[in-house]
Amino acid sequence: MTEPVISLRGVRAELGSRTVLRGIDLTVNRGEVVALLGANGSGKSTAVRTVIGQVPVTDGEIELFGTPRRRFREWRRLGYVPQRTTAAGGVPATVTEVVASGRLSRARLGILRRADHEAIRRAIDLVGLADRAKDSVNALSGGQHQRVLIARALASEPELLIMDEPMAGVDLASQEVLARTLRGEVARGTTVLLVLHELGPLEPLIDRAVVLRDGCVLHDGPPPKAVGQHALPGHDHVHPHAAPGTEPVRTGLLS
Amino acid sequence: MDLLNYAFMQRALLAAVLVGITAPAIGVYLVQRRQALMGDGIGHVAMTGVGLGFLLSWSPVWMATLVSVLGAVLMELIRWYGRTRGDIALAMLFYGGMAGGVMLINLAPGGTNANLMSFLFGSLSTVSQEDITAICVLAAFVIVMTLALRRQLFAVSQDEEFARVTGLPVRALNLLTAVTAAVTVTVAMRVVGLLLVSALMVVPVAAAQQLTRSFAATFALAVALGVTVTIGGTITSYYQDVPPGATIVLLAIAAFMLLTALATPLARRRAKAAVTAAADPAECVIPGAAEAAGAGVARDTVPASRGSAEGSAG
Repeated sequence: MTEPVISLRGVRAELGSRTVLRGIDLTVNRGEVVALLGANGSGKSTAVRTVIGQVPVTDGEIELFGTPRRRFREWRRLGYVPQRTTAAGGVPATVTEVVASGRLSRARLGILRRADHEAIRRAIDLVGLADRAKDSVNALSGGQHQRVLIARALASEPELLIMDEPMAGVDLASQEVLARTLRGEVARGTTVLLVLHELGPLEPLIDRAVVLRDGCVLHDGPPPKAVGQHALPGHDHVHPHAAPGTEPVRTGLLS
Repeated sequence: MDLLNYAFMQRALLAAVLVGITAPAIGVYLVQRRQALMGDGIGHVAMTGVGLGFLLSWSPVWMATLVSVLGAVLMELIRWYGRTRGDIALAMLFYGGMAGGVMLINLAPGGTNANLMSFLFGSLSTVSQEDITAICVLAAFVIVMTLALRRQLFAVSQDEEFARVTGLPVRALNLLTAVTAAVTVTVAMRVVGLLLVSALMVVPVAAAQQLTRSFAATFALAVALGVTVTIGGTITSYYQDVPPGATIVLLAIAAFMLLTALATPLARRRAKAAVTAAADPAECVIPGAAEAAGAGVARDTVPASRGSAEGSAG
Protein backbone atom coordinates (compact mmCIF):
# COMPACT_ATOMS: atom_id res chain seq x y z
CA MET A 1 0.00 0.00 0.00
CA THR A 2 2.91 2.35 0.61
CA GLU A 3 4.61 1.68 -2.71
CA PRO A 4 4.61 5.06 -4.50
CA VAL A 5 3.46 4.99 -8.10
CA ILE A 6 3.86 8.72 -8.66
CA SER A 7 6.24 10.78 -6.60
CA LEU A 8 6.96 14.50 -7.03
CA ARG A 9 9.51 16.20 -4.80
CA GLY A 10 10.00 19.94 -4.87
CA VAL A 11 8.85 20.22 -8.47
CA ARG A 12 9.05 23.65 -10.04
CA ALA A 13 7.89 24.41 -13.57
CA GLU A 14 7.47 27.43 -15.81
CA LEU A 15 5.25 28.10 -18.78
CA GLY A 16 6.91 30.76 -20.85
CA SER A 17 8.34 33.12 -18.24
CA ARG A 18 5.56 32.53 -15.70
CA THR A 19 6.33 30.26 -12.76
CA VAL A 20 3.39 27.89 -12.49
CA LEU A 21 4.62 25.35 -9.93
CA ARG A 22 6.63 26.58 -6.95
CA GLY A 23 7.94 23.40 -5.39
CA ILE A 24 5.25 20.74 -5.26
CA ASP A 25 5.39 17.52 -3.24
CA LEU A 26 2.90 14.87 -4.25
CA THR A 27 2.88 11.13 -3.73
CA VAL A 28 0.32 8.71 -5.08
CA ASN A 29 0.59 5.18 -3.67
CA ARG A 30 -0.47 1.98 -5.38
CA GLY A 31 -4.25 1.55 -5.39
CA GLU A 32 -4.95 5.08 -4.26
CA VAL A 33 -7.39 7.48 -5.92
CA VAL A 34 -6.09 11.02 -5.56
CA ALA A 35 -7.89 14.13 -6.75
CA LEU A 36 -5.90 17.23 -7.63
CA LEU A 37 -8.11 20.24 -6.96
CA GLY A 38 -7.72 23.96 -7.29
CA ALA A 39 -8.95 27.04 -9.09
CA ASN A 40 -8.15 27.87 -12.70
CA GLY A 41 -4.49 28.76 -12.99
CA SER A 42 -3.51 27.06 -9.72
CA GLY A 43 -1.20 24.72 -11.64
CA LYS A 44 -3.09 21.43 -11.37
CA SER A 45 -3.04 20.69 -15.09
CA THR A 46 0.60 21.71 -15.30
CA ALA A 47 1.39 19.37 -12.39
CA VAL A 48 0.04 16.30 -14.21
CA ARG A 49 1.64 17.45 -17.43
CA THR A 50 5.05 17.45 -15.72
CA VAL A 51 4.37 13.87 -14.60
CA ILE A 52 3.85 12.68 -18.17
CA GLY A 53 6.71 14.78 -19.49
CA GLN A 54 4.68 17.33 -21.45
CA VAL A 55 5.96 20.26 -19.41
CA PRO A 56 9.68 20.47 -18.61
CA VAL A 57 10.62 20.68 -14.95
CA THR A 58 13.02 23.42 -13.88
CA ASP A 59 13.76 21.89 -10.49
CA GLY A 60 12.83 18.89 -8.35
CA GLU A 61 12.40 15.20 -8.99
CA ILE A 62 9.64 13.10 -10.49
CA GLU A 63 9.45 9.33 -10.27
CA LEU A 64 6.99 6.99 -11.97
CA PHE A 65 6.82 3.44 -10.61
CA GLY A 66 10.08 4.13 -8.78
CA THR A 67 11.94 5.13 -11.95
CA PRO A 68 13.10 8.69 -12.56
CA ARG A 69 10.74 10.09 -15.20
CA ARG A 70 13.57 10.81 -17.61
CA ARG A 71 14.40 7.12 -17.76
CA PHE A 72 10.79 5.88 -17.61
CA ARG A 73 9.93 3.86 -20.71
CA GLU A 74 7.10 1.55 -19.60
CA TRP A 75 4.37 3.77 -20.98
CA ARG A 76 1.97 0.84 -21.30
CA ARG A 77 1.56 0.87 -17.50
CA LEU A 78 0.07 4.34 -17.75
CA GLY A 79 -3.22 5.49 -19.24
CA TYR A 80 -3.62 9.21 -19.89
CA VAL A 81 -6.78 11.20 -20.56
CA PRO A 82 -5.83 14.67 -21.77
CA GLN A 83 -8.03 17.70 -21.24
CA ARG A 84 -9.93 17.87 -24.51
CA THR A 85 -13.34 18.80 -25.70
CA THR A 86 -13.10 16.56 -28.73
CA ALA A 87 -11.58 13.25 -29.78
CA ALA A 88 -11.85 14.14 -33.49
CA GLY A 89 -9.05 15.03 -35.90
CA GLY A 90 -9.20 16.55 -39.37
CA VAL A 91 -10.27 13.27 -40.99
CA PRO A 92 -13.21 11.06 -39.93
CA ALA A 93 -12.22 8.21 -37.63
CA THR A 94 -14.36 5.61 -35.91
CA VAL A 95 -14.52 5.10 -32.17
CA THR A 96 -12.58 1.84 -32.62
CA GLU A 97 -9.83 3.53 -34.63
CA VAL A 98 -9.32 6.25 -32.02
CA VAL A 99 -9.37 3.79 -29.11
CA ALA A 100 -6.94 1.49 -30.97
CA SER A 101 -4.22 4.15 -30.83
CA GLY A 102 -4.25 3.72 -27.05
CA ARG A 103 -3.18 0.12 -27.51
CA LEU A 104 -0.02 1.00 -29.45
CA SER A 105 2.01 1.17 -26.25
CA ARG A 106 1.53 -2.61 -25.94
CA ALA A 107 1.76 -3.46 -29.65
CA ARG A 108 5.17 -4.17 -31.11
CA LEU A 109 5.81 -2.21 -34.33
CA GLY A 110 2.21 -1.06 -34.36
CA ILE A 111 0.86 -4.49 -35.30
CA LEU A 112 -2.34 -5.30 -33.42
CA ARG A 113 -2.95 -8.97 -32.68
CA ARG A 114 -6.15 -10.71 -31.67
CA ALA A 115 -5.58 -10.04 -27.95
CA ASP A 116 -5.08 -6.36 -28.76
CA HIS A 117 -8.34 -6.16 -30.69
CA GLU A 118 -10.11 -7.83 -27.78
CA ALA A 119 -8.65 -5.32 -25.32
CA ILE A 120 -9.82 -2.46 -27.57
CA ARG A 121 -13.33 -3.95 -27.71
CA ARG A 122 -13.35 -4.37 -23.92
CA ALA A 123 -12.30 -0.76 -23.38
CA ILE A 124 -15.10 0.50 -25.66
CA ASP A 125 -17.53 -1.76 -23.84
CA LEU A 126 -16.44 -0.39 -20.45
CA VAL A 127 -17.47 3.14 -21.38
CA GLY A 128 -20.76 1.92 -22.83
CA LEU A 129 -20.06 2.77 -26.47
CA ALA A 130 -20.12 -0.77 -27.90
CA ASP A 131 -23.07 0.10 -30.14
CA ARG A 132 -21.22 3.17 -31.48
CA ALA A 133 -17.88 1.39 -32.09
CA LYS A 134 -18.11 1.71 -35.87
CA ASP A 135 -19.50 5.25 -35.84
CA SER A 136 -17.40 8.31 -36.60
CA VAL A 137 -16.39 10.22 -33.48
CA ASN A 138 -17.64 13.35 -35.28
CA ALA A 139 -21.18 12.07 -34.72
CA LEU A 140 -20.77 11.86 -30.92
CA SER A 141 -21.78 14.29 -28.20
CA GLY A 142 -19.32 16.04 -25.89
CA GLY A 143 -19.79 13.48 -23.15
CA GLN A 144 -19.33 10.63 -25.58
CA HIS A 145 -16.10 12.23 -26.84
CA GLN A 146 -14.82 12.13 -23.27
CA ARG A 147 -15.83 8.47 -23.00
CA VAL A 148 -13.85 7.73 -26.17
CA LEU A 149 -10.79 9.44 -24.69
CA ILE A 150 -11.12 7.37 -21.52
CA ALA A 151 -11.56 4.14 -23.48
CA ARG A 152 -8.39 5.04 -25.38
CA ALA A 153 -6.51 5.36 -22.08
CA LEU A 154 -7.97 2.06 -20.83
CA ALA A 155 -7.05 0.18 -24.02
CA SER A 156 -3.52 -0.48 -22.76
CA GLU A 157 -4.94 -1.97 -19.53
CA PRO A 158 -2.92 0.46 -17.42
CA GLU A 159 -1.98 0.18 -13.75
CA LEU A 160 -2.10 3.94 -13.40
CA LEU A 161 -4.72 6.29 -14.83
CA ILE A 162 -4.03 10.00 -15.11
CA MET A 163 -7.05 12.07 -16.08
CA ASP A 164 -7.15 15.80 -16.69
CA GLU A 165 -10.65 17.16 -15.97
CA PRO A 166 -12.54 14.13 -17.27
CA MET A 167 -15.86 15.63 -16.19
CA ALA A 168 -15.49 19.04 -17.89
CA GLY A 169 -18.40 19.66 -20.22
CA VAL A 170 -19.83 16.15 -19.81
CA ASP A 171 -23.58 15.54 -19.72
CA LEU A 172 -25.13 13.74 -16.75
CA ALA A 173 -25.63 10.41 -18.53
CA SER A 174 -21.96 10.31 -19.50
CA GLN A 175 -20.88 11.43 -16.01
CA GLU A 176 -22.62 8.38 -14.59
CA VAL A 177 -20.96 6.08 -17.12
CA LEU A 178 -17.58 7.62 -16.33
CA ALA A 179 -18.08 7.27 -12.58
CA ARG A 180 -19.10 3.62 -13.04
CA THR A 181 -16.11 2.91 -15.30
CA LEU A 182 -13.77 4.48 -12.81
CA ARG A 183 -15.33 2.52 -9.96
CA GLY A 184 -14.64 -0.70 -11.88
CA GLU A 185 -11.03 0.30 -12.51
CA VAL A 186 -10.47 1.22 -8.86
CA ALA A 187 -11.98 -2.11 -7.77
CA ARG A 188 -9.40 -3.86 -9.96
CA GLY A 189 -6.65 -2.05 -8.09
CA THR A 190 -5.85 0.65 -10.63
CA THR A 191 -4.14 3.73 -9.20
CA VAL A 192 -5.81 6.99 -10.25
CA LEU A 193 -4.68 10.61 -10.32
CA LEU A 194 -7.48 12.95 -11.33
CA VAL A 195 -7.46 16.66 -12.01
CA LEU A 196 -10.87 17.94 -11.03
CA HIS A 197 -12.59 21.25 -10.80
CA GLU A 198 -14.69 19.94 -7.96
CA LEU A 199 -15.33 16.50 -6.54
CA GLY A 200 -18.81 16.08 -8.04
CA PRO A 201 -20.13 12.57 -8.73
CA LEU A 202 -16.68 11.03 -8.21
CA GLU A 203 -16.52 12.07 -4.55
CA PRO A 204 -17.23 8.62 -3.03
CA LEU A 205 -14.30 7.14 -4.96
CA ILE A 206 -11.67 9.57 -3.83
CA ASP A 207 -9.27 8.56 -1.05
CA ARG A 208 -7.31 11.76 -0.83
CA ALA A 209 -7.46 15.27 -2.21
CA VAL A 210 -4.53 17.55 -2.92
CA VAL A 211 -5.51 21.18 -3.29
CA LEU A 212 -3.23 23.55 -5.16
CA ARG A 213 -3.20 27.31 -5.00
CA ASP A 214 -0.78 29.51 -6.89
CA GLY A 215 1.50 26.59 -7.63
CA CYS A 216 1.79 25.45 -4.01
CA VAL A 217 0.14 22.56 -2.16
CA LEU A 218 -2.49 24.05 0.14
CA HIS A 219 -4.06 20.86 1.46
CA ASP A 220 -3.16 17.17 1.31
CA GLY A 221 -5.56 14.86 3.08
CA PRO A 222 -9.18 13.75 3.14
CA PRO A 223 -11.37 15.34 0.45
CA PRO A 224 -12.69 18.73 1.57
CA LYS A 225 -16.42 19.09 2.00
CA ALA A 226 -18.03 21.30 -0.60
CA VAL A 227 -19.61 24.47 0.73
CA GLY A 228 -22.07 27.06 -0.51
CA GLN A 229 -23.54 26.75 -3.95
CA HIS A 230 -20.96 24.12 -4.89
CA ALA A 231 -22.50 21.77 -2.31
CA LEU A 232 -25.97 21.89 -3.79
CA PRO A 233 -27.08 18.64 -5.39
CA GLY A 234 -26.88 18.70 -9.13
CA HIS A 235 -24.49 21.64 -9.20
CA ASP A 236 -22.28 21.30 -12.19
CA HIS A 237 -19.58 23.56 -13.48
CA VAL A 238 -19.44 23.50 -17.22
CA HIS A 239 -16.73 25.82 -18.35
CA PRO A 240 -14.26 24.22 -20.69
CA HIS A 241 -11.11 26.26 -20.79
CA ALA A 242 -7.44 25.97 -21.49
CA ALA A 243 -4.80 27.42 -19.22
CA PRO A 244 -3.09 30.36 -20.91
CA GLY A 245 0.17 29.37 -22.52
CA THR A 246 -0.63 25.66 -22.81
CA GLU A 247 -2.07 25.98 -26.30
CA PRO A 248 0.58 25.88 -29.00
CA VAL A 249 0.74 28.92 -31.24
CA ARG A 250 -1.22 28.07 -34.33
CA THR A 251 0.17 29.57 -37.48
CA GLY A 252 -2.73 28.45 -39.61
CA LEU A 253 -0.44 26.90 -42.15
CA LEU A 254 1.40 24.41 -40.02
CA SER A 255 -0.50 24.27 -36.79
CA MET B 1 -6.22 3.20 -76.87
CA ASP B 2 -3.72 4.50 -79.40
CA LEU B 3 -2.17 6.69 -76.72
CA LEU B 4 -0.51 3.63 -75.20
CA ASN B 5 1.57 3.25 -78.37
CA TYR B 6 3.64 6.25 -77.42
CA ALA B 7 6.46 5.65 -74.98
CA PHE B 8 6.07 9.14 -73.48
CA MET B 9 2.40 8.47 -72.79
CA GLN B 10 3.18 5.14 -71.14
CA ARG B 11 5.60 6.97 -68.86
CA ALA B 12 3.15 9.78 -68.23
CA LEU B 13 0.36 7.36 -67.32
CA LEU B 14 2.60 5.36 -64.99
CA ALA B 15 3.69 8.58 -63.30
CA ALA B 16 0.05 9.69 -63.08
CA VAL B 17 -1.01 6.47 -61.36
CA LEU B 18 1.84 6.77 -58.85
CA VAL B 19 0.91 10.39 -58.13
CA GLY B 20 -2.72 9.39 -57.74
CA ILE B 21 -1.74 6.85 -55.09
CA THR B 22 0.97 8.71 -53.18
CA ALA B 23 -0.44 12.23 -52.94
CA PRO B 24 -3.70 11.29 -51.15
CA ALA B 25 -1.88 8.59 -49.13
CA ILE B 26 0.32 11.14 -47.36
CA GLY B 27 -2.26 13.91 -47.74
CA VAL B 28 -4.73 12.09 -45.49
CA TYR B 29 -2.29 12.41 -42.56
CA LEU B 30 -1.61 16.07 -43.35
CA VAL B 31 -5.34 16.81 -43.41
CA GLN B 32 -5.78 14.83 -40.19
CA ARG B 33 -3.16 16.94 -38.41
CA ARG B 34 -4.65 20.08 -39.97
CA GLN B 35 -1.57 20.89 -42.02
CA ALA B 36 -3.39 20.69 -45.32
CA LEU B 37 -1.24 23.39 -46.91
CA MET B 38 2.10 21.92 -45.95
CA GLY B 39 2.43 20.33 -49.40
CA ASP B 40 2.05 23.75 -50.95
CA GLY B 41 4.92 25.12 -48.87
CA ILE B 42 7.15 22.20 -49.77
CA GLY B 43 6.26 22.71 -53.43
CA HIS B 44 7.57 26.26 -53.22
CA VAL B 45 10.79 25.13 -51.59
CA ALA B 46 11.27 22.41 -54.22
CA MET B 47 11.56 25.13 -56.89
CA THR B 48 15.00 25.97 -55.58
CA GLY B 49 15.91 22.33 -56.09
CA VAL B 50 14.72 22.42 -59.69
CA GLY B 51 16.73 25.62 -60.26
CA LEU B 52 19.84 24.04 -58.72
CA GLY B 53 19.36 20.99 -60.93
CA PHE B 54 19.38 23.18 -64.03
CA LEU B 55 22.32 25.25 -62.84
CA LEU B 56 24.48 22.24 -62.00
CA SER B 57 23.11 20.11 -64.87
CA TRP B 58 21.98 17.42 -62.45
CA SER B 59 18.64 15.68 -62.49
CA PRO B 60 16.05 18.29 -61.41
CA VAL B 61 13.91 15.54 -59.84
CA TRP B 62 16.65 14.32 -57.50
CA MET B 63 17.79 17.86 -56.70
CA ALA B 64 14.21 18.84 -55.95
CA THR B 65 13.88 15.78 -53.68
CA LEU B 66 17.02 16.73 -51.80
CA VAL B 67 16.06 20.39 -51.36
CA SER B 68 12.42 19.74 -50.46
CA VAL B 69 13.39 17.10 -47.90
CA LEU B 70 15.77 19.61 -46.33
CA GLY B 71 13.01 22.23 -46.45
CA ALA B 72 10.53 19.85 -44.79
CA VAL B 73 12.98 19.03 -42.01
CA LEU B 74 13.56 22.76 -41.50
CA MET B 75 9.79 23.30 -41.28
CA GLU B 76 9.49 20.65 -38.58
CA LEU B 77 12.36 22.26 -36.67
CA ILE B 78 10.60 25.63 -36.90
CA ARG B 79 7.46 23.98 -35.57
CA TRP B 80 9.37 22.64 -32.53
CA TYR B 81 11.41 25.66 -31.61
CA GLY B 82 9.97 28.75 -33.27
CA ARG B 83 6.92 29.17 -31.08
CA THR B 84 6.36 32.86 -31.44
CA ARG B 85 7.15 33.83 -35.01
CA GLY B 86 6.83 30.41 -36.63
CA ASP B 87 4.49 31.67 -39.35
CA ILE B 88 6.90 34.43 -40.40
CA ALA B 89 9.79 31.98 -40.57
CA LEU B 90 7.71 29.67 -42.73
CA ALA B 91 6.75 32.51 -45.05
CA MET B 92 10.46 33.28 -45.51
CA LEU B 93 11.16 29.64 -46.26
CA PHE B 94 8.34 29.29 -48.79
CA TYR B 95 8.88 32.49 -50.73
CA GLY B 96 12.65 32.31 -50.40
CA GLY B 97 12.39 28.87 -51.99
CA MET B 98 10.28 30.15 -54.85
CA ALA B 99 12.42 33.23 -55.50
CA GLY B 100 15.55 31.08 -55.29
CA GLY B 101 14.17 28.75 -57.94
CA VAL B 102 13.37 31.56 -60.38
CA MET B 103 16.76 33.16 -59.82
CA LEU B 104 18.80 29.97 -60.18
CA ILE B 105 17.05 28.91 -63.36
CA ASN B 106 17.78 32.29 -64.91
CA LEU B 107 21.44 31.96 -64.00
CA ALA B 108 21.61 28.48 -65.52
CA PRO B 109 23.17 28.30 -69.00
CA GLY B 110 20.33 28.28 -71.52
CA GLY B 111 17.76 28.29 -68.74
CA THR B 112 14.65 30.42 -69.02
CA ASN B 113 11.50 30.62 -67.02
CA ALA B 114 9.91 28.56 -69.78
CA ASN B 115 11.78 25.53 -68.43
CA LEU B 116 10.31 26.29 -65.05
CA MET B 117 6.76 26.34 -66.38
CA SER B 118 6.67 22.59 -66.97
CA PHE B 119 7.73 22.03 -63.38
CA LEU B 120 5.24 24.52 -62.00
CA PHE B 121 2.16 23.19 -63.75
CA GLY B 122 3.15 19.75 -65.02
CA SER B 123 3.72 18.45 -68.50
CA LEU B 124 3.27 15.02 -70.06
CA SER B 125 5.77 15.08 -72.88
CA THR B 126 8.72 15.94 -70.64
CA VAL B 127 8.58 12.88 -68.35
CA SER B 128 11.87 11.22 -69.29
CA GLN B 129 12.97 7.64 -68.71
CA GLU B 130 15.32 8.92 -66.03
CA ASP B 131 12.47 10.77 -64.33
CA ILE B 132 10.25 7.72 -64.30
CA THR B 133 12.92 5.65 -62.54
CA ALA B 134 13.21 8.32 -59.86
CA ILE B 135 9.43 8.61 -59.56
CA CYS B 136 9.04 4.82 -59.11
CA VAL B 137 11.69 4.65 -56.39
CA LEU B 138 10.30 7.66 -54.53
CA ALA B 139 6.68 6.49 -54.84
CA ALA B 140 7.63 3.08 -53.44
CA PHE B 141 9.10 4.83 -50.39
CA VAL B 142 5.92 6.85 -49.86
CA ILE B 143 3.60 3.85 -50.23
CA VAL B 144 5.63 1.68 -47.85
CA MET B 145 5.80 4.44 -45.21
CA THR B 146 2.14 5.42 -45.30
CA LEU B 147 0.97 1.79 -45.09
CA ALA B 148 3.51 0.17 -42.77
CA LEU B 149 3.37 2.96 -40.20
CA ARG B 150 -0.32 3.76 -40.59
CA ARG B 151 -1.23 3.13 -36.95
CA GLN B 152 1.65 5.20 -35.62
CA LEU B 153 1.06 8.02 -38.11
CA PHE B 154 -2.66 7.94 -37.31
CA ALA B 155 -2.01 8.20 -33.56
CA VAL B 156 0.47 11.06 -33.92
CA SER B 157 -1.73 12.97 -36.37
CA GLN B 158 -4.83 12.47 -34.23
CA ASP B 159 -3.40 13.56 -30.86
CA GLU B 160 0.27 14.36 -30.57
CA GLU B 161 0.25 14.76 -26.80
CA PHE B 162 -1.43 11.42 -26.24
CA ALA B 163 0.88 9.72 -28.74
CA ARG B 164 3.88 10.87 -26.72
CA VAL B 165 2.40 9.30 -23.56
CA THR B 166 1.98 5.98 -25.36
CA GLY B 167 5.74 6.04 -25.87
CA LEU B 168 5.69 6.61 -29.64
CA PRO B 169 8.73 8.44 -31.05
CA VAL B 170 6.62 11.49 -31.89
CA ARG B 171 9.43 13.70 -33.19
CA ALA B 172 10.76 10.99 -35.47
CA LEU B 173 7.25 10.31 -36.80
CA ASN B 174 6.65 14.03 -37.40
CA LEU B 175 9.93 14.26 -39.29
CA LEU B 176 9.02 11.17 -41.28
CA THR B 177 5.64 12.68 -42.21
CA ALA B 178 7.35 15.87 -43.39
CA VAL B 179 9.99 13.97 -45.36
CA THR B 180 7.38 11.69 -46.93
CA ALA B 181 5.32 14.74 -47.93
CA ALA B 182 8.44 16.29 -49.48
CA VAL B 183 9.16 13.11 -51.43
CA THR B 184 5.55 13.03 -52.64
CA VAL B 185 5.88 16.59 -53.91
CA THR B 186 8.73 15.54 -56.17
CA VAL B 187 6.87 12.43 -57.30
CA ALA B 188 3.96 14.63 -58.38
CA MET B 189 6.08 17.47 -59.76
CA ARG B 190 6.36 16.21 -63.36
CA VAL B 191 2.68 15.41 -63.84
CA VAL B 192 0.68 17.96 -61.83
CA GLY B 193 3.41 20.51 -61.17
CA LEU B 194 4.78 22.07 -58.00
CA LEU B 195 2.10 24.71 -57.59
CA LEU B 196 -0.78 22.26 -57.91
CA VAL B 197 0.62 19.25 -56.07
CA SER B 198 -0.92 20.25 -52.77
CA ALA B 199 -4.39 20.10 -54.32
CA LEU B 200 -3.93 16.42 -55.02
CA MET B 201 -2.91 15.81 -51.39
CA VAL B 202 -5.97 17.59 -50.02
CA VAL B 203 -8.89 17.54 -52.45
CA PRO B 204 -9.31 13.73 -52.83
CA VAL B 205 -9.19 13.42 -49.02
CA ALA B 206 -11.75 16.19 -48.58
CA ALA B 207 -13.94 14.57 -51.23
CA ALA B 208 -13.65 11.09 -49.69
CA GLN B 209 -14.57 12.25 -46.20
CA GLN B 210 -17.90 13.51 -47.47
CA LEU B 211 -18.98 9.88 -47.60
CA THR B 212 -16.85 8.02 -45.08
CA ARG B 213 -17.01 7.47 -41.36
CA SER B 214 -13.70 5.71 -40.76
CA PHE B 215 -10.10 6.67 -41.35
CA ALA B 216 -9.36 3.46 -43.24
CA ALA B 217 -12.25 4.04 -45.64
CA THR B 218 -11.22 7.67 -46.12
CA PHE B 219 -7.69 6.56 -46.97
CA ALA B 220 -8.88 3.94 -49.48
CA LEU B 221 -11.48 6.14 -51.15
CA ALA B 222 -9.08 9.11 -51.36
CA VAL B 223 -6.47 6.94 -53.11
CA ALA B 224 -9.12 5.53 -55.48
CA LEU B 225 -10.29 9.06 -56.30
CA GLY B 226 -6.70 10.22 -56.70
CA VAL B 227 -5.91 7.48 -59.23
CA THR B 228 -9.17 8.10 -61.10
CA VAL B 229 -8.61 11.83 -61.52
CA THR B 230 -4.91 11.53 -62.43
CA ILE B 231 -5.59 8.92 -65.11
CA GLY B 232 -8.67 10.80 -66.33
CA GLY B 233 -6.78 14.08 -66.39
CA THR B 234 -3.78 12.61 -68.18
CA ILE B 235 -5.95 11.05 -70.92
CA THR B 236 -8.02 14.23 -71.32
CA SER B 237 -4.85 16.25 -71.52
CA TYR B 238 -3.54 13.99 -74.32
CA TYR B 239 -6.67 14.22 -76.48
CA GLN B 240 -7.63 17.83 -75.86
CA ASP B 241 -4.10 19.27 -75.63
CA VAL B 242 -4.75 21.00 -72.29
CA PRO B 243 -2.27 21.21 -69.37
CA PRO B 244 -2.41 17.96 -67.33
CA GLY B 245 -1.95 19.51 -63.88
CA ALA B 246 -4.85 21.90 -64.27
CA THR B 247 -7.06 19.19 -65.77
CA ILE B 248 -6.35 16.79 -62.91
CA VAL B 249 -7.00 19.40 -60.21
CA LEU B 250 -10.23 20.58 -61.84
CA LEU B 251 -11.41 16.96 -62.12
CA ALA B 252 -10.60 16.43 -58.42
CA ILE B 253 -12.61 19.51 -57.47
CA ALA B 254 -15.49 18.31 -59.63
CA ALA B 255 -15.34 14.96 -57.80
CA PHE B 256 -15.41 16.84 -54.50
CA MET B 257 -18.51 18.79 -55.52
CA LEU B 258 -20.23 15.69 -56.83
CA LEU B 259 -19.59 13.73 -53.62
CA THR B 260 -20.64 16.68 -51.48
CA ALA B 261 -23.93 16.86 -53.35
CA LEU B 262 -24.39 13.11 -52.90
CA ALA B 263 -23.44 13.26 -49.23
CA THR B 264 -25.84 15.95 -48.07
CA PRO B 265 -28.95 13.71 -48.00
CA LEU B 266 -26.81 10.90 -46.55
CA ALA B 267 -25.52 13.09 -43.72
CA ARG B 268 -29.04 14.26 -42.95
CA ARG B 269 -30.24 10.68 -42.68
CA ARG B 270 -27.30 9.73 -40.45
CA ALA B 271 -27.84 12.71 -38.17
CA LYS B 272 -31.48 11.79 -37.80
CA ALA B 273 -30.57 8.20 -36.99
CA ALA B 274 -28.01 9.38 -34.44
CA VAL B 275 -30.52 11.63 -32.68
CA THR B 276 -33.07 8.87 -32.32
CA ALA B 277 -30.44 6.33 -31.29
CA ALA B 278 -28.59 8.45 -28.73
CA ALA B 279 -30.01 9.77 -25.49
CA ASP B 280 -28.32 13.11 -26.12
CA PRO B 281 -30.33 15.71 -27.97
CA ALA B 282 -28.47 17.10 -30.96
CA GLU B 283 -29.41 20.66 -30.20
CA CYS B 284 -29.33 22.99 -27.23
CA VAL B 285 -32.02 22.16 -24.74
CA ILE B 286 -32.67 24.21 -21.67
CA PRO B 287 -34.50 21.99 -19.21
CA GLY B 288 -37.56 23.23 -17.36
CA ALA B 289 -37.20 25.59 -14.43
CA ALA B 290 -38.22 22.88 -11.97
CA GLU B 291 -35.22 20.80 -12.87
CA ALA B 292 -32.82 23.71 -12.78
CA ALA B 293 -34.09 25.15 -9.50
CA GLY B 294 -31.83 23.00 -7.36
CA ALA B 295 -28.76 23.96 -9.29
CA GLY B 296 -29.47 27.63 -9.55
CA VAL B 297 -27.75 27.51 -12.93
CA ALA B 298 -29.50 26.49 -16.11
CA ARG B 299 -27.60 23.71 -17.79
CA ASP B 300 -27.12 23.70 -21.52
CA THR B 301 -26.65 20.41 -23.18
CA VAL B 302 -23.57 20.70 -25.29
CA PRO B 303 -24.44 20.51 -28.98
CA ALA B 304 -23.14 17.64 -31.03
CA SER B 305 -21.22 20.01 -33.28
CA ARG B 306 -19.02 21.37 -30.51
CA GLY B 307 -15.93 19.77 -32.00
CA SER B 308 -16.03 22.14 -34.93
CA ALA B 309 -14.97 25.12 -32.83
CA GLU B 310 -11.57 23.58 -32.28
CA GLY B 311 -11.43 22.36 -35.84
CA SER B 312 -11.76 25.80 -37.34
CA ALA B 313 -9.02 27.13 -35.09
CA GLY B 314 -6.38 25.08 -36.86
